[in-house]
Amino acid sequence: MTASQNELEAFRAEVSAWMAENKPADPGFLLPQSFMEVSNEQQLEFLREWQHKIWSAGYLGMHWPKEYGGRGMDAVYQSIADQEMRRHDVPIVFNVIGLGWAGPLINHMGTEEEKQRYLKGILSAEDIWCQGFSEPDHGSDLGNAQTRAVRDGEEYVINGSKIWTTMGNYAKYMILLARTNPNTERKYDGLSFFLSPMQADGIETRPIRKITGEYGFTETFFTDARIPASCLMGEEGQGWKIAMQTLQYERGAQAGAAGGLQFVNIVIDDMISQLADVRRDGEAVLDDAVVRDELVKLIMAEKAVTLGDKRSSIPALSSDYPFSLALSHKLRWTEYTRQMRQFAINLQGASGALYVGDDEARQGGFWQRAYFNSFSATIGGGTSQVQANIIAEHVLGLPK
Amino acid sequence: MSVIANTKMRVSDEQSMLLDVAREFCRDKSPIDRVRAELETETGFDAAVWQEMVNLGWTGIALPESAGGSGLGIGAVVPVVESMGRAMLGTPLISTTLAGQLIVRAGGEEMWGDLVAQVAAGSVATIALLDSADWGETRITCELDSDNRLSGTKTFVADAGVAEHLLVVAQRGGEPVVVHLTADQLPEGAIHQHTLIDQTKRSARVSLEGIVVEASQVLAGAAVVDAIRDVRLLGALLVAAEATGSAASCLDTTVDYLKTRKQFGKLIGSYQALKHPAVDILCDVDSARSFVYHAATLVSDTSLGSDAETACRMAKAQASDTLDYAGDRAVQFHGGMGFTYECDAQLYIRRAQWSRQQWGDAQHHRKHLARLLLDAKR
Ligand SMILES: Cc1cc2nc3c(=O)[nH]c(=O)nc-3n(C[C@H](O)[C@H](O)[C@H](O)COP(=O)(O)OP(=O)(O)OC[C@H]3O[C@@H](n4cnc5c(N)ncnc54)[C@H](O)[C@@H]3O)c2cc1C
Repeated sequence: MTASQNELEAFRAEVSAWMAENKPADPGFLLPQSFMEVSNEQQLEFLREWQHKIWSAGYLGMHWPKEYGGRGMDAVYQSIADQEMRRHDVPIVFNVIGLGWAGPLINHMGTEEEKQRYLKGILSAEDIWCQGFSEPDHGSDLGNAQTRAVRDGEEYVINGSKIWTTMGNYAKYMILLARTNPNTERKYDGLSFFLSPMQADGIETRPIRKITGEYGFTETFFTDARIPASCLMGEEGQGWKIAMQTLQYERGAQAGAAGGLQFVNIVIDDMISQLADVRRDGEAVLDDAVVRDELVKLIMAEKAVTLGDKRSSIPALSSDYPFSLALSHKLRWTEYTRQMRQFAINLQGASGALYVGDDEARQGGFWQRAYFNSFSATIGGGTSQVQANIIAEHVLGLPK
Repeated sequence: MSVIANTKMRVSDEQSMLLDVAREFCRDKSPIDRVRAELETETGFDAAVWQEMVNLGWTGIALPESAGGSGLGIGAVVPVVESMGRAMLGTPLISTTLAGQLIVRAGGEEMWGDLVAQVAAGSVATIALLDSADWGETRITCELDSDNRLSGTKTFVADAGVAEHLLVVAQRGGEPVVVHLTADQLPEGAIHQHTLIDQTKRSARVSLEGIVVEASQVLAGAAVVDAIRDVRLLGALLVAAEATGSAASCLDTTVDYLKTRKQFGKLIGSYQALKHPAVDILCDVDSARSFVYHAATLVSDTSLGSDAETACRMAKAQASDTLDYAGDRAVQFHGGMGFTYECDAQLYIRRAQWSRQQWGDAQHHRKHLARLLLDAKR
């Protein structure tokens, strides 16, 4: 049964009213622009409380099944709620690895027991999730991951280390990719996928300071750590397949995420509206011919991605290279975002050199911080260069 | 209001059908050896193929049903022109379509009903617009005096050599007018063919000096001003659609080579210095197509609003840059072969130079976009 237009409009009004009423006041400290920037307990508790509140109000995981903490409704309700969250510019939901990747995965292919055990805690923000894929020596070459998992009775013994573990120090669970068989012919076939606890003897995290000066990810060490054998998802040897499925969610190529604002959406309007009082060569920056040309290029880059998303849903106009638009979305959007934020600093004249903490920094150094943080998306989730390889090989059919 | 604003995109059943039919037609009738066979002919196209296009009703797609057209609007010409660009198929379809648009938009249907019907039925027509090489110049030099005598020379008149009808943009006492000339009114030697970089195209300088016309051959009034402005945007859109098609097949040509040519024991397509630019071109072609069909969604039979103007300009800015890049890399990625006349890369790099300037280059359109997008809110 699809909802009527009236029902949807009424729902939109309801969410809008709720957001207006419940949007938290400025906490007086810097809030993360994405889930990869939760760098202290203060931010963590603030975001945990906020996510719990949205979920309690019924605006998160609306299309997830009722018995696991969702509301069993049509996905259109969640997308309306998300639009309203964006419109009201509320804080982000931060448990993204759970909400966006692990959750949809468990919903899609988890056992009944796994669903019972994990899904609700993801939504309520009680259980924070992290992702243990990348290793110090194997990042882009993920299929080569060497962290070992050895079966010992009713347990697996884990040894090795993971790195760039977002919220590793706060997480209760990790989606872990580890090698159960080091002797397979294809490196991929020796990998297995675990829904692992983080609080276990032999698991330690060390926070890593980021380019922005803040914290947000960790190195995660496993030293004879024992986790229950029941943590294995699927079967031994299926790890690569499951990891790829997870990356589909991560790159936004497949639906299923619980919803919510996962990052502060910074768009070209945010930049342009800042420029009214900026001067360049003695005149308003918006009168500078070169700047104008660059701004139009950026506007077009943003608009092209939005129009591309539209076109991808029109079969008559997207059949030439069927997966081109879907597979290139991440590459295009993240690269555009990086360039746009970089240009924003470029427009600040001498103030471009100021950083967060300086009382004269424009918007408190918002753009400087945003520019640095944009690399989390051009590197994380598969670097732009690796995305280009994927598109070249899978869309254009070029050789490896 | 966001600068991104309108993001509508729709495809009508007719557009979708035209896309299928035109794709297949152009693929069949214009394989690359047929394209090459026309490069050095006088007209640059195969009259029999043109007649088939006329028979398919393509010259009347955007003209009113009352004149024998299909009344589908100019947006429905876009898939046809894109398909022609893909197959590098010349013919005066773009010129004729734009001339038809100029007449009906300038309110000429009443006075020149016969002419519209002839154009819909496939009489070749073209617009004589430029007085100089500057597409951005809006002042008109070519003059119609009080005795209805023309003076001046028009340049870069597309398909002038085969046109039965010329729609001359002139000014009378400073007011823009459209003058309808038939080919037989041009004196001997009035047409001087340009030698074009793109050998699939034809255009000429046309001297109008001393030609005297009847009052009934002159269209004036407020609608003329709007019509000229709109036709400039529609010209940009159609050339953008054509360039987008050409860029897509240029990419296919390059990718084919990257999949077959080996050096250092490997297919050259495995080298990222070639692979990644190929992906950039793919993404650019995707953007160009999105802008083109977005614009095709917004253009209507009535005077174009600012959303449609924005869309047409974005389409042209994107498509010009895209084909430019695709053609340039096509030559480079074919190595020594790419430097030959025999390699198809030459067709695309030449087409790119033609398309870039037609109806204004990317910088020209971005300059106007800046006005539309950045000044509105200040
Ligand atoms: C903010 C942030 C958060 C992250 N969070 C997590 C997380 O929670 N969990 C997790 O598991 N991982 C996480 N990552 C890790 C991320 O997935 C990896 O950094 C990424 O996959 C790249 O791996 P690498 O760092 O080892 O770089 P490398 O793979 O060593 O890459 C170095 C450079 O070489 C290029 N390169 C590598 N291979 C190729 C190739 N085949 N062709 C062309 N160029 C190539 C890359 O593009 C890059 O420019 C995070 C990263 C960031 C930046």
